[in-house]
Amino acid sequence: MDHAGLVQRLERILGPGGVFHRPGDLLVYEYDGSVDGAVDTARPAAVALPTTTEQVAAVVKLANEAGLPVVARGAGTGLSGGAVAQQGGIIISLTRMDRILEIDREDRTALVEPGVINLELSETALPEGFFFAPDPSSQKACTVGGNVAENSGGPHCLKYGVTTNHVLGLEVVLPDGRVVWTGGRAPGGSGYDLTAAMVGSEGMLGIVTKALVRLTPQPESVVVLLAAFGDMDAASHAVSGIIAAGIVPAALEMMDALTIEAVEPAYHAGYPMDAGAVLLIELDGPTGDVRETADEVSTLCRQAGATEVRTASEKAERDLLWKGRKMALAAMGRLAPNYYLHDTVVPRSKLPATLRRVGEVSKEYDLPIANVFHAGDGNLHPLMLFDRRRKGSVERVLEASHDLLHYCVEVGGALSGEHGIGTEKRDYMTLVFTADDLAAMAGVKNSFDPRGCFNPEKLFPKGYMCGEVRALRAQAMAQKLGIYAL
Amino acid sequence: MVVAVEADLGNLHRYAGHDQPDDDLLRTCVHCGMCLPTCPTYRLTGQEMSSPRGRLWLMKSVADGRLDLLDPIFDEQMYQCLNCRACEAVCPSGVHYGPLVEAARSQLEQHRPRPFWQRATRKVAMGWLFGDGRRLRAAVAGLRLYQRSGLAALLRRSGALKLAGMEELEAMLPPVSRRSLVPGAEHWSSPEPVRAVRLFNGCVMGTVFADTNRAAARVMARNGASVDLPVGQQCCGALHVHAGMMDEARTLARANIDAFEATGDDAIVVTAAGCGAALKEYGYLLKDDAVYADRAARFSARVRDVTEHLAETDLVPPTVPVDRVVTYQEPCHLVHAQRIAVQPRKLLSAVPGLRLVEMRESSLCCGSAGIYNLIRKEMAEDLGDRKVRHVMETPATEVVTANPGCAMQLRASLRRNGSRVKVRHIVEILDEAYGGKQNIDSDGSARAGAERVG
Repeated sequence: MDHAGLVQRLERILGPGGVFHRPGDLLVYEYDGSVDGAVDTARPAAVALPTTTEQVAAVVKLANEAGLPVVARGAGTGLSGGAVAQQGGIIISLTRMDRILEIDREDRTALVEPGVINLELSETALPEGFFFAPDPSSQKACTVGGNVAENSGGPHCLKYGVTTNHVLGLEVVLPDGRVVWTGGRAPGGSGYDLTAAMVGSEGMLGIVTKALVRLTPQPESVVVLLAAFGDMDAASHAVSGIIAAGIVPAALEMMDALTIEAVEPAYHAGYPMDAGAVLLIELDGPTGDVRETADEVSTLCRQAGATEVRTASEKAERDLLWKGRKMALAAMGRLAPNYYLHDTVVPRSKLPATLRRVGEVSKEYDLPIANVFHAGDGNLHPLMLFDRRRKGSVERVLEASHDLLHYCVEVGGALSGEHGIGTEKRDYMTLVFTADDLAAMAGVKNSFDPRGCFNPEKLFPKGYMCGEVRALRAQAMAQKLGIYAL
Repeated sequence: MVVAVEADLGNLHRYAGHDQPDDDLLRTCVHCGMCLPTCPTYRLTGQEMSSPRGRLWLMKSVADGRLDLLDPIFDEQMYQCLNCRACEAVCPSGVHYGPLVEAARSQLEQHRPRPFWQRATRKVAMGWLFGDGRRLRAAVAGLRLYQRSGLAALLRRSGALKLAGMEELEAMLPPVSRRSLVPGAEHWSSPEPVRAVRLFNGCVMGTVFADTNRAAARVMARNGASVDLPVGQQCCGALHVHAGMMDEARTLARANIDAFEATGDDAIVVTAAGCGAALKEYGYLLKDDAVYADRAARFSARVRDVTEHLAETDLVPPTVPVDRVVTYQEPCHLVHAQRIAVQPRKLLSAVPGLRLVEMRESSLCCGSAGIYNLIRKEMAEDLGDRKVRHVMETPATEVVTANPGCAMQLRASLRRNGSRVKVRHIVEILDEAYGGKQNIDSDGSARAGAERVG
């Protein structure tokens, strides 16, 4: 099948308005939100924009026939290169499947198509008294389908859990084009938990075409505290203090001086410009409890050396404090033309030491690093700021990253808290996983996608899948033939 | 293996000449995608090239020699954009999208061959007609005659308009004001003025909507101002900037700067959001003009939208009840380009009896976008219909806005959808609440106590 033939077949499935194939059109599908970091761009052969599950399945079957890879894409806000078609092939963009099909008050669930924007689901559920808990910083733009693929987190996941805790069932198009449902409305269920396998599978096991998600009731009362500290060490101690006291804030976020420098002039959120670090602590629940806990948190912050503690209970005030935090990453364009964002997680106890190490790396490599992160669960987001046009800057960033990731893994951390591995961190997987660990994952991949056509070049280290999958396939073949001693 | 056909990049056209998209501005975009859901064309199509991020990527690709300036997609996307600047208002990295897309359009106008008739139409309509206030007033006089002579009704009945494909255009037009407002000919004043206001007339506002400008002047006169219109002022040039006709825009800008310079630091007040945004950007438009750069920046610093100006003054409470329900449609160039969102609502809340009910997506473009609704009819109609749906969800009998383009687009969209909701400029509501022409002498001076009518 040549390119013209492929386009013709796609147009037969999707209509002429549902296919892009001119070089200029494909240019804008060569990136996602990771493009300024360490992910290469790559152009697909065609982009399909389906509006129904049947169309998705038909495109997948066509890709099989043509021997082409398939990459699912939502809003393209991901940070690990998950939506970039590294081996070309067909991108299935799910932005036109954007209907909220049902909101069920009694069961507290929503049935949505994958292209629904995260925040719009929460806004739609708000009059019913609910919200969709996973709240990545990109929630104004990112889609529920993308959240499922990356198992996205967000500030409020400290208390409410990440995406996997909020998905009850999925309609999925498998790599051979069959359509299946995993999970369902009833809790529990029998057999393998395929919903859990799909969430966080980075588009490598299936394409979600409908998601049944859990809605969370709005808390009676919400308070946000802003605590300013002289340095990150003092702020880290406050974090430890709060957690040690048995308090579970809805969110517990830290921002350093460099972040404040980027954010405050843009949003006037009211962060003190002279602070070395600020904490945003959100508490929610019954009004009386929240008030009491707020006092306690305030005292703990002051004991840890807070220079200022402010309390915001009005919605407008709270929103403003949050706006600065949520927009922090994207506001970095004000400080440098490029940034590389990490997503490592370390045990909470190792937070102060890890932050000190980040400072050292910044000095050693002469690289500004901003810190804005989910302190409550030890999910760091060191942001390395650079200018791609300056010679050697990319290399320096990659070396510094290597140092930092090594350190985090050494202290018992993980590569990614919520952004996924994608292409970006695939080569670091061997730092965390043994050959057997990876083989177990490859086994799962192989059973869903033996041809390796769904989102290739992701998650597994470079060159891994080819060899590994071939070996697994040979093994399967051998078993079929009754030859066990290979 | 199936691969996309690569474009021939050997002989591609690159940016050249004046007004190239500024490379540093272009590189402030970090491609985070936060702008996507705010973009009207992305909302309608769900396609990346129709998003601000996609368009910036295309601009960057031309700069990097990866896309031909004359590739059809570039033209298509630079002009599919409404230039509503919603993306700019939400951009965390502060990308100045407006100037970038305007420069890209200027590049297209400089380098892309246009058919003769298109060039001629642009030259006549934009260059000649809007290039001089007198010509435009004469043209609008013809329009007035057409509407009032019964010819309009006749043509509408006969179906001739439909035949000529002019029906839509005709539906947009409100009843043209009885007299155009001519700079220097009229002025208004409070009995004891505490400030002088120089009203910017604008092309469409000063002719088709001249009575709206008069209403604005009366409202300001009741709030302690003397109001006049400096002679020599012209169209603001926004239409030209948006169409990539930078030379024409600069000529108009220089004329306006000359016309207002003698009035010191007095506020230059505008009743059209689109003009206001353009006037506030004269500093940028003329930044490379050795003679005008500083003067342009000073001019821009004086410009205020009428709602912005009134909200800055200690507003005399209006006393005539306006017992109606209204909803507010935010002009893009007010809310996004000028970031004015609170002031109009504050003013409306000061009107006794008036109930403001917010509609959904009040800040999403209505599809007017200057002359966009004339050249991209389908997209503009989709946006207009979406807007009307949101208006009709509210109990409002009037939709209030603050820009002539929006007013005309809303009017046509409401009519097309069979709605009887009326379109009003915010100053008309305020003027009504101050008693309209009551206690205002025919020479424009407000009598003592004029603010206490009704």
